Amino acid sequence: MLNYDIVIIGGGPAGLGAAVEAYEKGVKNIVIIERDKYLGGILEQCIHNGFGLQEFKEELTGPEYAQRFIDKVEEYDINVMLETMVLEITPDRIVKAVNSKEGVFTIKAGAIILAMGCRERPRGAIMIPGTRPAGILTAGTAQRYVNMEGYLPGKEIVILGSGDVGLIMARRLTLEGAKVKAVVELMPYSSGLTRNIVQCLEDFNIPLLLSHTVIEIHGKDRVEGVTIAKVDENREPIMETAQYISCDTLILSVGLIPENELSQKAGIELDPITGGPIVNEMLETSVPGIFACGNVLQVHDLVDNVTAEARLAANSAIRFIREGEFGKSSINVKAGNGIRYVVPQKINVDNIEKRIKFRMRPVNVYNNAMLAVKSGDKYLLRQKRQRLTPGEMIDVNLSKDILKNANLEEGIVFLVEEG
Amino acid sequence: MELKEITCIVCPLGCRIQVEMEGGEIKSVKGYSCSRGLEYAKNEVTMPKRTITTSVRAIGGHLPLLSVRTKEPVPKEKIPEIMLELAKVEVKAPVKIGDVVVKNILGTGVDIIATRNLYVK
Repeated sequence: MLNYDIVIIGGGPAGLGAAVEAYEKGVKNIVIIERDKYLGGILEQCIHNGFGLQEFKEELTGPEYAQRFIDKVEEYDINVMLETMVLEITPDRIVKAVNSKEGVFTIKAGAIILAMGCRERPRGAIMIPGTRPAGILTAGTAQRYVNMEGYLPGKEIVILGSGDVGLIMARRLTLEGAKVKAVVELMPYSSGLTRNIVQCLEDFNIPLLLSHTVIEIHGKDRVEGVTIAKVDENREPIMETAQYISCDTLILSVGLIPENELSQKAGIELDPITGGPIVNEMLETSVPGIFACGNVLQVHDLVDNVTAEARLAANSAIRFIREGEFGKSSINVKAGNGIRYVVPQKINVDNIEKRIKFRMRPVNVYNNAMLAVKSGDKYLLRQKRQRLTPGEMIDVNLSKDILKNANLEEGIVFLVEEG
Repeated sequence: MELKEITCIVCPLGCRIQVEMEGGEIKSVKGYSCSRGLEYAKNEVTMPKRTITTSVRAIGGHLPLLSVRTKEPVPKEKIPEIMLELAKVEVKAPVKIGDVVVKNILGTGVDIIATRNLYVK
């Protein structure tokens, strides 16, 4: 059996960030396990810019951002296993993996960092009726075809869902000569970043149809068109508004799901809202010594935040292998009115050095609302926020001094107060 | 007096910026939170610019395409022309990240650079 201090599962931005941080903090007996042929993860196909403004103070494309970390992994000679699939992890931190060279093998890990990322919700998850022709694909798949394999998936395109990948692909396909007829969004707001609506849709006069959805897909062998309709406040289609749009391709950008099959098998408790593990202030899951960071924990908007999270996971893993288990995290963190989820879900104030960052998303769009943190009836914090929208993650930093005032029984609650 | 509302695209924060114009002159700029945002807002009402990120054909590399971008933003109205020009470009592996693929594209003064390493297959 192989032995490593830290085993990092996934070689995307989270895994790379964690590996570089662990090495720089002196823990060198580490390995990154990656199932693809190269490091970098999904950044390799994100050839658009907008990455690295916080991390490097310059605007990079995805492959450029990834390369900064890959260069360090190579410089430090960090162990990397490519084209290697992790099959199982156990609560006592045995990692079972397979590749075509070694066959099936096991690793004993001092600590494990989960950095598997997320995957896209497919057509089945949103149950659009109609036939099953060719020409229906997720935005990420389309991105891979266009940016890495050199195929244009269609000429006349409708995109369902206005997540960032969908918006980016609307521009990308337009630049490559396709006609994007509409981006159709079920919700009354886009779940993408505002800047992407401006530079990907408005720049190219691509219509964004809010409160609309695809109610039928037409075509037998190939998509011939879709029927779309407006939806009411309960998101039910209003049939009188149905209209046909001819197209040869339907691209789905309808959400991302953290990829946690391995975590579940290891008995790690998942948060039903985020789809990621329940973690404490150290980003430790419910199984001691197993940590999570990046999109496997919660779907992020910005890779810079993934890197920051990966650093915290690496430092926690180091502390675990040096000092053993942490004290119990006994304060529960809850999402109150207007907040969908909060990560971390529990904290132990003793483990916090100075302050801790909570990340969350609101359930709706709020303008000029108050973001509050309460413990029982007591306010720990109240901040005015100009705009809160589900498409943009909220960061709240709380200092140890503030958290000391939290009531253990009541826990702490994050909520939105309107008006 | 004319008021223009702009969403800044310099970074993902997406600040909402208000620019007051009078007779084609900028009178005031409000709502930006960094110097790059101020510059973006001024450009956006006079000469809007964008960074183009795309790909060109690659021969003999580990991928059939090389991802590239304009080193600096270029005038927005030049985007279609530049895309057509880049459709003619072919590069041979190996290419290093940051290498200039096309110098001074269409006389804009801006280079097209590689955004990834392309290895020989």
